[in-house]
Amino acid sequence: MKRRDFLKNTAVFVSGVSISLSALEFIDPKELLAANPKLRWGFLVNTYKCVGCGFCVKACKIENDIPLEAHVTRTWVERYVMTKSGETIRDCPNGALAGYTSKLLDENASGMRLVPDEEITQAFFVPKLCNQCSTPACVQVCPVGATYQTGDGVVLVDRKWCIGCGYCIMGCPYGVRFFHPIERVADKCTFCYHRISKGGNTACAQACPFGARQIGNLRDPNDPVAKAVMNERVGVLRSEYGTKPNVYYIGLNEEVR
Amino acid sequence: MKNHVWRPLFVVLGLVAGILLFRLVYVPADFGTQEQGYTFGFHRLGNEQEWKDYPAKYKNNSYCTECHDDKVKSWEASAHAIIPCENCHGAAFGHPDKPEKLTIDRSRDLCIRCHAKLLMPSSGRNKIAGIDSEQHNAKTECVECHNPHNPSLEDM
Amino acid sequence: MVEQVAQMVVHGEAWTIKDLFVLPNEYVYWSIQIVMYPYMTGLVAGAFVLSSLYHVFNVEKLKEIARYALVFSFALLPVAMMPLMLHLQQPLRGIHVMMTPHFTSAISAFGIVFMTYACIVGAEIWFVYRKFFVESLLRLEAKSERSGFESLLLLIYRVIALGARDLSHKAIEADHKAVKLLAGIGIPVACFLHGYAGFIFGSVKANALWMTPLMPVIFICSAVVSGIALCIISYAIFMEIRKWAARRGKSFLLPDAVAHGEHAVDVDHLRSVQSHEVTMTAKYLLIFMTLAITLELLDIIFRGYTAVKSWDILRDVIYEHDFVKIFIMQYGIGNLLPFVILLLPGLTVRRAVLASLLVLFGVFMMRWNVVIGGQAFSLTFDGFMHYHLPIIPHDIETFKEGLLGALMVITTPFVIFYFLNMIIPAFMEDRDTH
Ligand code: HEC
Ligand code: HEC
Ligand code: HEC
Ligand code: HEC
Repeated sequence: MKRRDFLKNTAVFVSGVSISLSALEFIDPKELLAANPKLRWGFLVNTYKCVGCGFCVKACKIENDIPLEAHVTRTWVERYVMTKSGETIRDCPNGALAGYTSKLLDENASGMRLVPDEEITQAFFVPKLCNQCSTPACVQVCPVGATYQTGDGVVLVDRKWCIGCGYCIMGCPYGVRFFHPIERVADKCTFCYHRISKGGNTACAQACPFGARQIGNLRDPNDPVAKAVMNERVGVLRSEYGTKPNVYYIGLNEEVR
Repeated sequence: MKNHVWRPLFVVLGLVAGILLFRLVYVPADFGTQEQGYTFGFHRLGNEQEWKDYPAKYKNNSYCTECHDDKVKSWEASAHAIIPCENCHGAAFGHPDKPEKLTIDRSRDLCIRCHAKLLMPSSGRNKIAGIDSEQHNAKTECVECHNPHNPSLEDM
Repeated sequence: MVEQVAQMVVHGEAWTIKDLFVLPNEYVYWSIQIVMYPYMTGLVAGAFVLSSLYHVFNVEKLKEIARYALVFSFALLPVAMMPLMLHLQQPLRGIHVMMTPHFTSAISAFGIVFMTYACIVGAEIWFVYRKFFVESLLRLEAKSERSGFESLLLLIYRVIALGARDLSHKAIEADHKAVKLLAGIGIPVACFLHGYAGFIFGSVKANALWMTPLMPVIFICSAVVSGIALCIISYAIFMEIRKWAARRGKSFLLPDAVAHGEHAVDVDHLRSVQSHEVTMTAKYLLIFMTLAITLELLDIIFRGYTAVKSWDILRDVIYEHDFVKIFIMQYGIGNLLPFVILLLPGLTVRRAVLASLLVLFGVFMMRWNVVIGGQAFSLTFDGFMHYHLPIIPHDIETFKEGLLGALMVITTPFVIFYFLNMIIPAFMEDRDTH
């Protein structure tokens, strides 16, 4: 075959493939105006209020049937301890399911570490959960459409359709996804969709005695969460990934990733 | 016979047709691009309802009031009033039908979730009265001395 | 309170050891089978590109190995799918990738690109071997008494000949044209098949090690390298077996002889063919290797030079935790050593095979270092995860995603090839076919 023919054939093939691909892809103009104007779930975490009791983790696991003894969790609480020498030590033993009851910091394979009180400059807890991103990286990478965003902005996993490839787990910059040990599909925080869509509170927010966690409607100007997001200095985690998280934090600092 | 060159193509076309036909039968009818568009909203619509119907396990404090009025009363007036009953007693599920009784956790582990003394200068933990669990009456359950529903030291 | 009942091991926990601060849900989720997956697709793509070098660009020197590479590439095809199936938590739902492909995901392309590619390779083989099919068919039909095996063979030929029995000069010419066209189309598709495997990793923005646009290109180059190396090795080995078997008359080791009679196999001739083909192919191996190494080094140098936030942890992983795996095993043993071996004058088959073995090992280590290395550190850049390949399985998970699962994937193509070779003899030398 002459080279020209070869190039021609290749070009025909490539354009042919792209046409057939676009025929299979149901591009929808609605994608642009998708946002539901009435309801957009958002979450507010006040890190000053969190005491690290871990009741939110326990409540979440029980509410959503994540076995307590399995070392995965939809929400967890991290401890940050900063020292005079400028070091930041983080730990999160078993997702803080049993709360923080010891001064020893759990460094996994490196063992336990004790930072003397007089070395500590600041120390605090940061609860984490799914950010229900506006442009979720995990949904984009799902090969079969088993994970998706609802009209009110919650990212869910279809347990009957998920093939368990783990691409979404890899794609999430926040590490909130895992394989459910019993269902054997990807699992993640749903903002307790079954509770909030019936007017209830999420299990974790309800369990928090100190009001460190709050869920609300970001589109309602009178909603306490929406107000706080508007009027206070709040931050989101890892905005550099362009995922546009909807979990806002009061009292974030640079060390929190 | 002269067009035998096309035969593999026919096989392929047959294969494609077969797959598309199977797809028609296999994929649920409500599968497709929904509200959020193709990138974020390509899914089986019915699954949203499945998640909404997921059974809830936790009730709330006002539910307990109906029957455990006494406990609620003392709890309400105490420093522990911020702690939901179900944090210490576990999710209500179908209580009092199923389970008939909720767990009563008398372990020290429950209390030291909040009361273990940690130095956490920039967090709410520092505002809670802390004890060193290894020093503070180590061998005895906290509830032997303190009332969990009314922990006030004066009422001890 | 929280009862610590019987231990429940979640996926990934069995082979992950966490160090320092790692998020609770972080494990090495993509384990050995995801190392095998790009490795196997790489071999498929590489073997096909090698065969196309002859068919499209008329590289005459590769004539004999080209047909072999084509058939072997076909034998490898189903195996490229195997690691994925072994990896899936819901293997029975694997078909969903074809049913509801979500094209914003790199993996969704798998079903379609893979099928396209399989069709192209299948069709190409059909055209290359059509004359042989028809001839065998006629020969078997003419036989008055057929053994059970021969009847089965006849049935298979009848089906795959698709009723095209025309062996006129014109028809054969048409076959030749079709082969060229398909091989031409096949190259970009093979590159796409493997480039997108690189894209699967390169597009994960959450992973600091994976995210680079170079990833697909690196994957394609190393794919061709590994494909060629595998062809050299397996060709040499199969030829060695054939020589040995032909001498001893152990025809069960010569599946094509079983199927088509002993005449096809002659020892001296085999030897000369073998050494010629192997040394020629080694030249192409060198070219693609240079390309692959250049790109990989470029990637590391660039990361070190730009030193963005993630570099701190990447440096720890590359220069400390994985130093041996990356610089000794991958670059040293897997790249530098074979490079020297191939460049020293007077290349023999044995040396070429040794070098190819090292190259295969090197490419495997490269996949390992990408897939496992990419999960060796926490998303928070503040801790590490060490992967321990499960060697002795104690449940289905540690079998599938352990040493045994990987070995299963490696051996399957040879088994498939053995049977495939009965129907489409890969070593057949016929001046008229391709
Ligand atoms: C409809 C009435 C009702 C409601 C509502 C109710 N309970 Fe009960 N609860 C009972 C009854 C009846 C018992 C059994 C009492 C017994 O056997 O001594 C019980 C037992 C218990 C016990 C165990 C007492 C023991 O002595 O072992 C606990 C703890 C408890 N309830 C907590 C709660 C909490 C917390 C709530 C709110 C989430 C709640 N209950 C709501 C009726 C109720
Ligand atoms: C800080 C944790 C905590 C909270 C919050 C709490 N309890 Fe209790 N509760 C306990 C403990 C511990 C006991 C066991 C007390 C004992 O053995 O003396 C107990 C005992 C009980 C009992 C049965 C024992 C008895 O004395 O009859 C009931 C009923 C009960 N609680 C109801 C409630 C209700 C209703 C609420 C919410 C209004 C509530 N508890 C809130 C810790 C808690
Ligand atoms: C969710 C966190 C939490 C848990 C769990 C908890 N407490 Fe408390 N406790 C508090 C808070 C908040 C206060 C009020 C602030 C303070 O005075 O420390 C308090 C106050 C007290 C006090 C009074 C301290 C004082 O100086 O007046 C006692 C005693 C006490 N708790 C005992 C217990 C016991 C016993 C348990 C276990 C059954 C328990 N607490 C479980 C949060 C908790
Ligand atoms: C043997 C009885 C006894 C037991 C058991 C006991 N305490 Fe106390 N606790 C006391 C007494 C008495 C005081 C008040 C005097 C004091 O400050 O030591 C007290 C004080 C406290 C205070 C207030 C300290 C402060 O500085 O204001 C807290 C909080 C507390 N206890 C929590 C607990 C917890 C949590 C447990 C279980 C882990 C527990 N106690 C077990 C007797 C007990």
